[in-house]
Amino acid sequence: MKSRFFEKVKPFLYLAPFIVGVTIFTLYPIVNVVKMSLMENYKYLTGDFTGYGFGNFKTVIEDQYFRQAMGNTLKYVAVVIPISTCLAVVIATLLNSIKKFQALLQTAYFLPMVTSVTAVGLAWRFMFNYKQGVINYVLSLFGVPAIDWLGATASNFSALCVYGIWAILPFTIILLVSGLQNIDPMYYTAAKVDGAKPLRIFFRITIPLLAPTIFLVLTVNCISCFKVYNELFPLFAGPGIAYNLFTVVYYIYYEFRVLTPAKYGLAAAAALMLFGVIFVVNMLKSFVEKKLSN
Amino acid sequence: MKKIKFSTVLLYLVLFFGALIMIFPFYWMITGAFKTGTEIVQMPPTMLPNSFTNLDNFKFAFQTAPFVTYFINSVEMMIACVVLCGVTTILTAFAFSRLRFPGRNLIFSCLLALMMVPFEMLVITNYRTIVGWHLHDTKWALILPFTTSIFYTYILKGFFDSIPESLYQAAKVDGCSDWKYLWRVMVPMSKPSLVTIMLLNAIATWNSFMWPMIATNSKEVRTLPFGLYAFISEGGAKNERMMAAATVVVLPMIIVFLVARKYIVNGVARGGLKG
Repeated sequence: MKSRFFEKVKPFLYLAPFIVGVTIFTLYPIVNVVKMSLMENYKYLTGDFTGYGFGNFKTVIEDQYFRQAMGNTLKYVAVVIPISTCLAVVIATLLNSIKKFQALLQTAYFLPMVTSVTAVGLAWRFMFNYKQGVINYVLSLFGVPAIDWLGATASNFSALCVYGIWAILPFTIILLVSGLQNIDPMYYTAAKVDGAKPLRIFFRITIPLLAPTIFLVLTVNCISCFKVYNELFPLFAGPGIAYNLFTVVYYIYYEFRVLTPAKYGLAAAAALMLFGVIFVVNMLKSFVEKKLSN
Repeated sequence: MKKIKFSTVLLYLVLFFGALIMIFPFYWMITGAFKTGTEIVQMPPTMLPNSFTNLDNFKFAFQTAPFVTYFINSVEMMIACVVLCGVTTILTAFAFSRLRFPGRNLIFSCLLALMMVPFEMLVITNYRTIVGWHLHDTKWALILPFTTSIFYTYILKGFFDSIPESLYQAAKVDGCSDWKYLWRVMVPMSKPSLVTIMLLNAIATWNSFMWPMIATNSKEVRTLPFGLYAFISEGGAKNERMMAAATVVVLPMIIVFLVARKYIVNGVARGGLKG
């Protein structure tokens, strides 16, 4: 007969590996990042610091690289989110309305989701090539002069956005298609009986009923766009030309992994500010979700 | 015969055109990998390579950089992460779903709140932990931080919750232990969701770039995406060679996707993508 003590402890035996992992690699880092962000003039090698305060935050906010990074990131979110969401809503609606080739088309639209940002980013880098790139070639057919997509500060942000939109579409379309499938077909039948035009159906039925999913997509994508970072490596081998494409996550990486000696305090402060933004977006999301479900 | 409407034709045209744009980068990558150095700079670009038997670019990639090692490392990391994370996820989801202990709901809500924290914020300390343990630039560095996942635990707990509690009670009356019940009843019953979780985890691990780049350095430990990135500056700057190497990285996941599209799409549709 197993003891009662064992029965009481048992749940924690099931949880033990998880608790150990989460404590070391999630909980402790959260506590530590707050601590590091508050330690002023922290020296990693000796462990010395002059005291606790908000000096790191001040330095980060006044750092022109961070300002640039925040500016670029906000701009990236502002460009990628609206364009990708509008495109995805249209494509998802069309995909949902067809009967033939659905599997084939879905495969094509969803494929980019499972492939490595690094590898496909290189394909885009090749396509964006100034002289040999297929994009400039296609543009030249329409009389557009060649654009130095990757090598000029004027246009490399556009290249980043084009790639970002392409990469985020599959995930967005999947969520929207599944949202569309949850709409009761009764609404459409009723509208057809009333003789409503397709465009009117789209704006009066599809969009309002899809609103919760659109909102979910907006918030999730917003968060992932705020973390734009990986894309910079295959496309530009770093943050653009003369650091013109610094993003917030790149800034964090730069402070603690590129710089020697590493500036952990600044990286931590920047990371917390990123978290602040994401936290606000998340709050907004749950707030609106609650409102919508009522 | 039914008349085909003009609007239907237009609809399909738009969708197929969009689909072409979505898969064009893959097409361009794979065909580019077979082109020769002179072919690839041709203007206008050729839609197909002269021959699909020109494997020079692949040979160059495999000779210049140890892509076989990268490949093995990627597979090792993927299997280790999926298996270890799978086990901790199953155990934890079961504990939160069926076992009773004080603070169960409170702990679970706290975990959900933790999901909001971006990995990018944890990376700074995790890097130092790994360095502190003298595991920097080892395979352990790639695996240890990913042996648990709050996100997958949350998803799996949802599935476990949907299995009737009465089944558990009946099994208990019959003298079935929790351990047996978990592995003999719960796990087999939630096989589709487990497969989904593991597939999503496998894809995320295979494609991960940031952490391997931070935590490893030497060629012996690199995984494919980071190895591919390093290859550019190690002799692969030419486009056709880059495309060959990129194809090696992408192809396994394309195959996985074609085989298991339903699982993956359903998983993602349930909100299942690492944010």
